Amino acid sequence: MLIPVGYVVATAIGLGWHELAPLVFRPRVGELLANTALLLVLGVPATIVLGVGGAWLVERTDLPARRFFAVLLVAPLAIPAFVSSYGWASAIPSINGLWGGVLVSTLAYSPLVYLPALATIRGLDPALEESARSLGLGPWAVFARVILPQLRLAILGGGLIVAMHLLAEYGAFAFIRFDTFTTAIVVAYQSTFAGSSAASLGVVLATLCLVLLVMEAGARGRARYARVGTGSPHPPSLARLGRAAPATVVALACLGIASTVVPLVNVVRWLGASDASAFAEIPAAAAQTALLAGGGALGAILVALPVAWLAARYPGRVSRALEAPYYLASSLPAIIVALALVTVTLRFVPAMYQTVVTVMAAYVVIFLPRALVPLRAGIAQVPESLEEAARSLGTSPLVARLRVTAPLLLPAVAAGAALVALGAANELTATLLLAPTGTRTLATQFWSAASAIDYPAAAPYAMLLVLSSIPAVALMFSHARGGRVR
Amino acid sequence: MRRRRTILSISPIVLAALVLTGCAGGDAQGGEEAQVSDDALVVYNAQHEQLTEEWVEAFTEETGIEVVLRHGSDSELANQLVAEGDASRADVFLTENSPAMSLVENAGLFAPVDQATLDLVPEQYRPSSGLWTGIAARSTVFVYNPELLDESELPDSLVDLADPAWKDRWGAAPGGADFQAIVSAMLELTGADATRSWLDGMHENATIYQNNIATMKAVNAGEVPGGVIYHYYWYRDQDGTRENSADTKLHYFGNADPGAFVSVSGGGVLKAGTRQDAAQQFLAFLAGEQGQTILGEGYSFEYPVASGIPAKAPLPALETLDAPLVDPTELNGPEVIDLMTEAGLL
Repeated sequence: MLIPVGYVVATAIGLGWHELAPLVFRPRVGELLANTALLLVLGVPATIVLGVGGAWLVERTDLPARRFFAVLLVAPLAIPAFVSSYGWASAIPSINGLWGGVLVSTLAYSPLVYLPALATIRGLDPALEESARSLGLGPWAVFARVILPQLRLAILGGGLIVAMHLLAEYGAFAFIRFDTFTTAIVVAYQSTFAGSSAASLGVVLATLCLVLLVMEAGARGRARYARVGTGSPHPPSLARLGRAAPATVVALACLGIASTVVPLVNVVRWLGASDASAFAEIPAAAAQTALLAGGGALGAILVALPVAWLAARYPGRVSRALEAPYYLASSLPAIIVALALVTVTLRFVPAMYQTVVTVMAAYVVIFLPRALVPLRAGIAQVPESLEEAARSLGTSPLVARLRVTAPLLLPAVAAGAALVALGAANELTATLLLAPTGTRTLATQFWSAASAIDYPAAAPYAMLLVLSSIPAVALMFSHARGGRVR
Repeated sequence: MRRRRTILSISPIVLAALVLTGCAGGDAQGGEEAQVSDDALVVYNAQHEQLTEEWVEAFTEETGIEVVLRHGSDSELANQLVAEGDASRADVFLTENSPAMSLVENAGLFAPVDQATLDLVPEQYRPSSGLWTGIAARSTVFVYNPELLDESELPDSLVDLADPAWKDRWGAAPGGADFQAIVSAMLELTGADATRSWLDGMHENATIYQNNIATMKAVNAGEVPGGVIYHYYWYRDQDGTRENSADTKLHYFGNADPGAFVSVSGGGVLKAGTRQDAAQQFLAFLAGEQGQTILGEGYSFEYPVASGIPAKAPLPALETLDAPLVDPTELNGPEVIDLMTEAGLL
């Protein structure tokens, strides 16, 4: 798990200051830094406004057609960002640069804030809001002074995830000519393979990630949000939008059109233009995608189980120290994970170099938190007393675990595995670098057709990527609606 | 005491996890072995996937030799071959441009190409070392939008495009091996200092696109008046839907200008490969009549360079392009990358 982190550190040391400095302190890196920083500064707040605003509107106001909008706001999550970018680029061919990047990524990633915000708002006790209202606050003041502060963790967490996605995204930005560190690393890789130029950009990018992690941890603060017992909240009374209602509906509809309808309509339009030959290679690509994604999911569950077990059953410094590197490694962009695995397998385990196993290992590193989070929650929910009861009846600890706890964990395992597998199925950068000779996945096939501007040939793959993402999105949505804070 | 018990009781899970991962690994490897059989010829392919797949299909049909392709870009695969060294599974390397071939040649990884194959290819389209051979060629062109750029305004030389007069008026794809090969020709013809200042001018003037097609598409849409690309993207689009080139024309620099550079696509046999005979056979097939005919008659519009096969109409004959004389072995890929990195283009 620590290979990528070790790779970055080893590269920095191996290149040495004299070689690293001229590669890092040059105008091009300055341009990339400015682009990446502006993307974060504009994109993250925009997703937070859309995500939190959307969650509040569908949960706590009398917005018409609330259920419909609740689903519409999460829908973009089923469209991989590079597919969304492809849809926009074919709708507006001149879309490019910073504004294009901000537009496409904000639309694609706002559900990452919307979902935790939705979950948190649903878990809030309306009594607090009612007390505030009875003390004379209007609906906006209630939102700003009562709801917003309680959403702090969801906003920070969601914002961090958006920021990490913005740093790691390749396809969506490459498609519309917006250069970030990740796109520049891919270009450097294509020009020099895993050489010092790609590696030095990787060191800067990894540092950026670390800065964001530390900032988020710092901003989380020490305030307490918990309370004892969930009580039995009654249904919240809804804020009235009044005359603002029609404008709000129009605004949300426009958002839905921009984030979901535009990409999908273009995919369908090109699908109509694609000839039969475009479909010929789909079964093979789908099978290979399923194999790689399935293997990655299995691997992630197996690695996550013991860690989640320790974290849930024996919380403490040791288990937290064990968990931390997993989150750290997973926060590194896929391109760095891939560079690290190319370099390490080539140098130390050539037998593993560009094999299916290495691709799966990359998926485990990149997507592990998707398995850890539901597993930890699942294990925490299984009462230990059940296991103890089984043991008091004479079964051994292992049998008790397998016969009592394991079946209760199945839903959590299934959820974690599904989230990892669907993430892996949409993965582009690491797959491009690590896949064995001859391997093609849905994402790499889409990319090779789309970057050759063969839009019709790319369309069937885009459609499949969207369809295969729907179950995971439905799963995440129902978790969020369940009111559990994740 | 309690803590130790904890660890002991967890270990069965960890053990089970390890066993299962082991199994999964084994299965997966089994799957991969099935996919790449040991007899199959492994080709690292930086040429257009569709073209190489046409070649492979015909080759397998004729010889029964199975071929597996690994796709990538010129420099990526060349550097990968160098990094892999003797551990590489590659038998054959095919590129779009020469610098990547020189890179692998200079690392001493190529086995000499059969003389009979070399004899099929005229001398100007292969290196004097005989360690690889040309298999196709492409010409640099300036694609322009006549509505934005009058014929009288066309540049006389590629060098002119670094002048301030051309600011924001042309585009290119410096991230790709194609453009890097053009720069390597400029480096060979004009020297490092002139190339450095030209690249600085390009950094000022040019709009950067992802690849040649994206550049041509932008010119067609009027986003930028002109662009430096290779010829066959234009002919291919003209032959097909014309959706990315209908409103554009081509300008050939000629006059042995760096902008008239004809880039030789190469093929070579890796010394460390375990299927030498099949590899030589494949290369002979590409340079032979059948391989060159696929090139000359197929969809590709690249130039055939061997066995006397003519170019597809309406391509102007290769000899009429007045290209500068450049020895393909002299094209220095790594120095070009360094210069372009220095100029902030990479």
